[in-house]
Amino acid sequence: MKKPLAPRQISQRTAFTFLILATIIVVIPVIVIIAVIIVNGAGAITWEFLTQPPMQAGKAGGIFPAIIGTFYLMLGTIVVALPLGVLAGIYLSEYARDNWLTRTVNMAIVNLAGVPSIVYGLFGLGVFVLMFHFGMSLLAASLTLACQALAMTVTTSREAILAVPREYREGSLAVGATKLQTIRYVVLPQARPGIITGAVLAMSRAAGETAPILVVGAAFFLPGLPQSPLDQFMALPYHLYTVAAHVPGMSKTTIWGVALVLLVVVLSFNVLATIIRLRARRRRYGT
Amino acid sequence: MNVNLEIPEKKETINDEVRISVRDLNLYYGDFQALRNMTLDIPENAITAIIGPSGCGKSTFLRLFNRMNDLITGVRVEGIVELDGVNIYDRDIDVVELRKKVGMVFQKPNPFPMSIFENVAFGPKRHGRKNRVELEDIVEKSLKQAALWDEVSDKLGQSALALSGGQQQRLCIARVLAVEPEVILMDEPCSALDPIATLRIEDLMRELSKNYTIVIVTHNMQQAARASDMSAFFMMEEDRAGVLVEWGATEKVFTNPQDKRTEDYITGRFG
Repeated sequence: MKKPLAPRQISQRTAFTFLILATIIVVIPVIVIIAVIIVNGAGAITWEFLTQPPMQAGKAGGIFPAIIGTFYLMLGTIVVALPLGVLAGIYLSEYARDNWLTRTVNMAIVNLAGVPSIVYGLFGLGVFVLMFHFGMSLLAASLTLACQALAMTVTTSREAILAVPREYREGSLAVGATKLQTIRYVVLPQARPGIITGAVLAMSRAAGETAPILVVGAAFFLPGLPQSPLDQFMALPYHLYTVAAHVPGMSKTTIWGVALVLLVVVLSFNVLATIIRLRARRRRYGT
Repeated sequence: MNVNLEIPEKKETINDEVRISVRDLNLYYGDFQALRNMTLDIPENAITAIIGPSGCGKSTFLRLFNRMNDLITGVRVEGIVELDGVNIYDRDIDVVELRKKVGMVFQKPNPFPMSIFENVAFGPKRHGRKNRVELEDIVEKSLKQAALWDEVSDKLGQSALALSGGQQQRLCIARVLAVEPEVILMDEPCSALDPIATLRIEDLMRELSKNYTIVIVTHNMQQAARASDMSAFFMMEEDRAGVLVEWGATEKVFTNPQDKRTEDYITGRFG
């Protein structure tokens, strides 16, 4: 015996349908993008492609220097952006008084994330390349990307530190630990997963940036790997851009192949961030 | 009222019996006055219970003694709080040293997300004890004092968060004991615990009061009557500032209250 639906139930079901529909619409493009790249690019992935330098403007050979260049960039970015970000995050969350200056600084940092990346590139060109005479180099590019990554490392560090419950700080202070000891031994260990997650996401963002490195040191073709931080470098996103836009007669499979490698690098860092978070949670409640 | 409003000379306060002495204390959060004209003595090696309705400043009062209120911006303290004859609100007081001497147990058990061992060793380590054997001794002694050793001696390396609520609270007491304090403040330590765990904590308090001065804030009248030697009854005035209505031996406060408000509260007529 089925009762007719009450208007209340009908509106419930309608809402549910729309919500799930919206979710599906959001997810589809992501899946399609990944699928298209894998289907088209998988054919290009060979051992040679991953381990050889490019030849004939990228039409033959591999993308090894671009992969390594991208890893160097990520490393250079995080070496600068993580310590600075954590220290600033500690200051902003634990020490800074809540006044207009702090609020302005916080707002400025949040807005840093919204600055177009090419603007960072021009900033890096003006300051690191020209003013500091680092030249077009891995160093200049890392510093440029680090400036951009700071928005994320500062914000995530601050949020992760603020999320540590007050009871823990009080418990530590109440046994006569100093404020610095409390931060070092109670607050930071608990904030660590959040901080690391932010750092890894900042790295994956740096790996994918094209515009800023374009003007501060990425090269389309180099015979070997960079030997010092002051050398120019190849990088995956820039390589993808040039082979896709500027090399006539380029094999489509190769282009998709470069995109696939870049995607794998970026996504694997995102997955890494998730794993770190989950493991930290499990360790916390583990016995 | 049974409140001593005279400010005694310094010499008189250095007394074997009185451990903490509060004189003419006023505390403000910005413009709001939270405590008014408090004058009260806390006796040594006894349990003093602070009772009264919610919002009358009991926790704020307790947090005077280890200067935990300092963490809140906009707090202003007037008056004197003497511990062993020294005003702990003097400018040259080292708050870290004070907190070593005056430990605190909180309302919600707050063990750190570390092993049981590391929780108890936390304080001593921060104060420079690094020797492993020495730390093991401190941990064992503190856990025994907190009546938790038998339950956890075989799993000191396990996470403290896996313990039950009552065990966690005793662990927090052990963590405080490990720093060898002289005074222990307890802010409604049993409010998150079941009756059996509560009784265990009360037994433990009685045991500890032989060697420690304990001040406890409690909502639970039976707990105050059962476990404390001295009771202080707080109320709020019309502007919501907390005042001390009556204080004295627990037996006296509960069986023969001098103030009508105390009697009303204890007999459950309001609050």
